[in-house]
Amino acid sequence: MKQTKPKLYGVMAQFDSPSTLVAAAKETYAAGYRRINGYSPFPIEELSEAIGFTRTSLPLIVLLGGIVGGVGGFFMQYWMEVIDYPTNVGGKPFNSWPAFIPITFECTVLVAAFAAVLGMLALNKLPQPYHPVFNAPNFALATRDSFFLVIESNDPKFDHDEAMKFLKSLEARDVCDVEL
Amino acid sequence: MDERDDRHVSIHATHPVVGSELTFGSVTDKISAIVLKRKTPLGWFIGFAISFVLFQLLLLTITKLLFEGIGLWGVNIPVGWGLDILNFVWWIGIGHAGTLISAILLLLRQKWRTSINRFAEAMTLFAVAQAGMFPVMHLGRPWLMYWLFPYPNTMGVWPQFRSPLMWDVFAVSTYATVSAMFWFVGLIPDFATLRDRANSKIFRVIYGMLSMGWRGSARHWHRYEMAYLLLAGLATPLVLSVHTIVSFDFAVGIIPGWHATIFPPYFVAGAIYAGFAMVLLLTIPLRKVYGLQSFITMRHMHNMAKVMLATGLIVVYGYMIEAFFGWYSGNQYERFMIWNRMHGPYAPYYWALILCNGITPQLLWFKKIRANLLVLWLISFVVSIGMWLERFVIVVTSLHRDYLPSSWGFYQPSAWDWSMFIGTIGFFLALLFLFIRFLPMISIFEMRTILPEAEVEAE
Repeated sequence: MKQTKPKLYGVMAQFDSPSTLVAAAKETYAAGYRRINGYSPFPIEELSEAIGFTRTSLPLIVLLGGIVGGVGGFFMQYWMEVIDYPTNVGGKPFNSWPAFIPITFECTVLVAAFAAVLGMLALNKLPQPYHPVFNAPNFALATRDSFFLVIESNDPKFDHDEAMKFLKSLEARDVCDVEL
Repeated sequence: MDERDDRHVSIHATHPVVGSELTFGSVTDKISAIVLKRKTPLGWFIGFAISFVLFQLLLLTITKLLFEGIGLWGVNIPVGWGLDILNFVWWIGIGHAGTLISAILLLLRQKWRTSINRFAEAMTLFAVAQAGMFPVMHLGRPWLMYWLFPYPNTMGVWPQFRSPLMWDVFAVSTYATVSAMFWFVGLIPDFATLRDRANSKIFRVIYGMLSMGWRGSARHWHRYEMAYLLLAGLATPLVLSVHTIVSFDFAVGIIPGWHATIFPPYFVAGAIYAGFAMVLLLTIPLRKVYGLQSFITMRHMHNMAKVMLATGLIVVYGYMIEAFFGWYSGNQYERFMIWNRMHGPYAPYYWALILCNGITPQLLWFKKIRANLLVLWLISFVVSIGMWLERFVIVVTSLHRDYLPSSWGFYQPSAWDWSMFIGTIGFFLALLFLFIRFLPMISIFEMRTILPEAEVEAE
């Protein structure tokens, strides 16, 4: 059992319902495992709480995107219409800021939306064509009606046999190894 | 009070949001089978062929337009906008229902949106694509359309940012981009479902690439839900801003009948009205052909009909206020504009508009009518025509007789105006046919979340 370099990604348990998965995840967390993850066909709020993942910096990224978009959008117009090439339009002041608001708003939304989508993908490290969990035998059902819990091998507390035994003690339908 | 509660319960019991027989597995299989396993119905081929032929009409019109210039259409001074801008506003209005259903109803936690949002978003995207074509073709030299964007150029000039037409460029392109992103993000988990269900290698590879390796990790879902919610929060003011800015194209001008503060709310309500009419127009036949009655239930039909009725009443309020403004302004040009609308050469259009948009939808007050899908479909059709007439009345009657009688004119759309319009309908439908054949038209993962078995029982 003295593996310095783990050849396993972790051990995986399969469940039939969101409730059993969430209950199992809570127990696993309570047992002291920290590098755990759940896989489900749809978002389960309780699941990310159960595995101790409740904070994401995404809202901050979107806020920054919005600020960059808004400030950038306004000063783009300001620079073009006031500094670089001022034109007299209907006797309005060069910095006729109320007329710049619609485009400022659109730029805010545009950059914030890009920040939301690209930020989400980047934080999730997607696109990622290969991942070890795809090696698990029934994992194709994770996009249908099955629920999975993984204890990763880089968990400080990870010991293959013990983790296996622990998962088997839960209400799992099946427990298996996930190869790297 | 008790009686009211009882009634409330019974409506929910007889019209559930989702059929009670569905499970995670059956939802997944039923929706993905339309794309992956079921034989494509003959009607699909016929419908796609017809719309594809009409799409060719669009290409033909555009080709001829590029050779001859926009004189090909019936537009001429004083009516320089004609069917072209009218169709732009009509199409972009239709697009609004998609964002309303997917973003605003999400924020309001309306569960029933789940089975129609994917379809409505696709409709939005395709409608905006049609809308965008019109002003670009109207430029006269559409190959120079990139001049609309602020880019450093050898001429050393910048666009005129004080013009609503520039605001339009930003609003519509932002709207198209954000709608596309919203749609794609919603599709990612479903692409993963299709990837895992596909039988043929080619589909597995294509859907696999589109799914970007989605594996349903709890950490991913958490960020995903956050991103989706934030996008909905961003799309909500965006959709209101888009039609507001479209209405500024008119309201900032000093043409009688256009220069009115009622325009932004009136346009936004009209857009949602037209959009819901189009959603009903398309989902009623679709749900029958594909047997989706347990996904798109009568509850959806009732709710959409009610939204249509509510927004229709706002639109009617807009018509009344327009007439009132015309009279109350005391301005002879405004008064003449209203009189001319009701009694001038285009009066039949105005009264047809009142009939289509004001009177017909009042039938929706009756539950029996909302429950009759054929009648509901016909009402939606009438409303779509009504909204087209509304834009005709706004664009044409105001322009053809403004201040100086010596510059009055008359506008008649040419055959090419019509072929362009019909062509965009063909293009729109062709895109929709491709969509329902190759992508899941109902969001599979969101359907799973509203099933009773998705509830996590607390210990």
